[in-house]
Amino acid sequence: MNATEDPRWFRALLALLAILTGLLLLALPLAAVFAEALRRGWDVARAAILEPDTLAAIRMTLIVAAISVPLNTVGGLAAAWCIAKHDFPGKRLLLVLVELPLSVSPVIAGLVFVLVFGLQGWLGPWLQARGIQVIFALPGLVLATLFVTFPFVARTVLPLMQDQGRAEEEAAATLGASGWQIFQRVTLPNIRWALLAGVLLCNARAMGEFGAVSVVSGHIRGQTNTMPLHVEILYNEYQFAGAAAVAALLALLGLVTLVAKSVLERLSGRRVSGAEGAPMRMLTVVSGGLLLPFVQV
Amino acid sequence: MSVIVEGLVRRFGATAALDGVSLSIREGEFAALLGPSGSGKTTLLRVLAGLEPQEAGRVAIAGREMAGVPARERGIGVVFQNYALFRHMSVFDNIAFGLSVQPRGRRPDRAETAARVRELLRLTQIPELERRWPDQLSGGQRQRVALARALAIQPKLLLLDEPFGALDALVRREVRRWLRGLHERLGITTILVTHDQEEAMELADRVAVMDRGRIAQFDAPAAILDSPATPFVAGFVGEAARLEGAVGGGVLRFGQAALPPLAVSLPDGPALAFIRPWDLLAEPAAEAADQGRVRQVRPGSQAQPRVIVDLPGGVALDAMARPGVPLERGQPCRLRLLSAQVFGADGRRENAFPSDAQAERDETGLPRGAAGPGRLPLRSG
Repeated sequence: MNATEDPRWFRALLALLAILTGLLLLALPLAAVFAEALRRGWDVARAAILEPDTLAAIRMTLIVAAISVPLNTVGGLAAAWCIAKHDFPGKRLLLVLVELPLSVSPVIAGLVFVLVFGLQGWLGPWLQARGIQVIFALPGLVLATLFVTFPFVARTVLPLMQDQGRAEEEAAATLGASGWQIFQRVTLPNIRWALLAGVLLCNARAMGEFGAVSVVSGHIRGQTNTMPLHVEILYNEYQFAGAAAVAALLALLGLVTLVAKSVLERLSGRRVSGAEGAPMRMLTVVSGGLLLPFVQV
Repeated sequence: MSVIVEGLVRRFGATAALDGVSLSIREGEFAALLGPSGSGKTTLLRVLAGLEPQEAGRVAIAGREMAGVPARERGIGVVFQNYALFRHMSVFDNIAFGLSVQPRGRRPDRAETAARVRELLRLTQIPELERRWPDQLSGGQRQRVALARALAIQPKLLLLDEPFGALDALVRREVRRWLRGLHERLGITTILVTHDQEEAMELADRVAVMDRGRIAQFDAPAAILDSPATPFVAGFVGEAARLEGAVGGGVLRFGQAALPPLAVSLPDGPALAFIRPWDLLAEPAAEAADQGRVRQVRPGSQAQPRVIVDLPGGVALDAMARPGVPLERGQPCRLRLLSAQVFGADGRRENAFPSDAQAERDETGLPRGAAGPGRLPLRSG
């Protein structure tokens, strides 16, 4: 035992406390959701999910995620690439902007879009004159989701990109590679696992987002409802079985994401040791923390 | 491929990393950029490679103006300081990279690429590493892979940025010989950046000593050692100690009783002398207030060990012990100065030797007090 290490019993105690807290605060509620969903039997849960409004909510959630995740993957990647590999005026500002959605309440994010695109908003009359509906429609849902989920890809790949520096890109340039070739063959492969992890996190949040989407959605059943919103509606109408069933499905999506992410990290850890290993391990810790809100639902 | 650099300027904020660098390197030459860290040598290399823009001046490589030519169109092989191997590619793919990014028309097919890569692996003597990954290689192996990768594009100019920095001393010496041999064989114009003078002197045909963003001297290694152009060069190469003195009536005195004066033909005024360890002989002497004292005996050649001598006044000098006359730690000793590089008040340099008066005095050994046992008379000259 060296001087900086605590005694064995103390470390064991800490670990036990952490695990107990995790079980109590995270695993137990999650188990409760599944238990509640299946309490009245499999058929009831299945029926609740196959209800047309619920199906519409599921479809809407998938559509919103399908649009916003690719956009934010490209956008987040571009932002991280700019920040990590280039020097330009306003770099710090961009970094702050990337992190803005993490610090602003999602409800405010939703409200901002209502203020800008709503009927009474700045662009409201202009949009209405052209028959374009943003708020209480799919575009609003996508915008709100884009805003809230923007940091996830950028923040997961940025530390890795900064850690790797520009040396390999410079080497590629001297060997005759064009900008696109460098990105495709050097930059991207170096961050592929972190990027996939970021995309999964982004997806989890896009499907699970409640606050921002709630403000812009208008809760029109069968049209602008997403899964989290639908859970709330069902719950408020005392349809506990339905609410629990949809919640369980949503939680399941979150869990699948989590598992996929861990598998990815395993894969990356096996091949990449040393330099890339440390950031990846850190990523696990950080992203584990980020994931918690989605898994609770 | 010849390299011509004229009046090159590159600033980072207020500081000029390159402050008017001019340099002309001949085709097939092995040149070294030698200087302390921060002297601008790596910046110069990066400007040549096209990785760093220049603010003023011109660079011409093989007669072609390089302003505005991006790195990927320069066809210059670069071995980076930490090798910058592509970590997600095998050794084979690393070396093949430069071939695989060529435009479709010029890109060699798979068989040809493989043949070229294998040839380079043989040339760099690492054929067994073909299937390995960068994180499985030692420093020396990485360096060879980096070199093979740079050579794959058949560069006419090769830039090496501190290529031996990550190697241990033994490997370094061996790799140095090998690299010089490779240069003789391939004849590629090569520029090496290093802060290690031994490395620069051993490898290069000519060495450019850099000082705060300028070339202080660009010359053959022997010329730099024998006739340094500036006090900076004299102090930087050859492990010389720097001593201030004053010239009066053709004699340089050090205000340092233990150091004999030198005869010079420099104008009266302050002067700077640079003394190399092998120009300074230490020998045992009797105890005296103005005598030096051996601080440390460094292991070296048995016949002539090197010593560090503390002089009164807080000056410490590296010197050689007289052959066959052992010195011990703490022993009082006297120093005999054989020659020194002296820069006068007018900036002129002179290779100075002891004045005749001193030589004579040495012969008798009288003014220095009683001679210690085992002291040998020295014939000056």
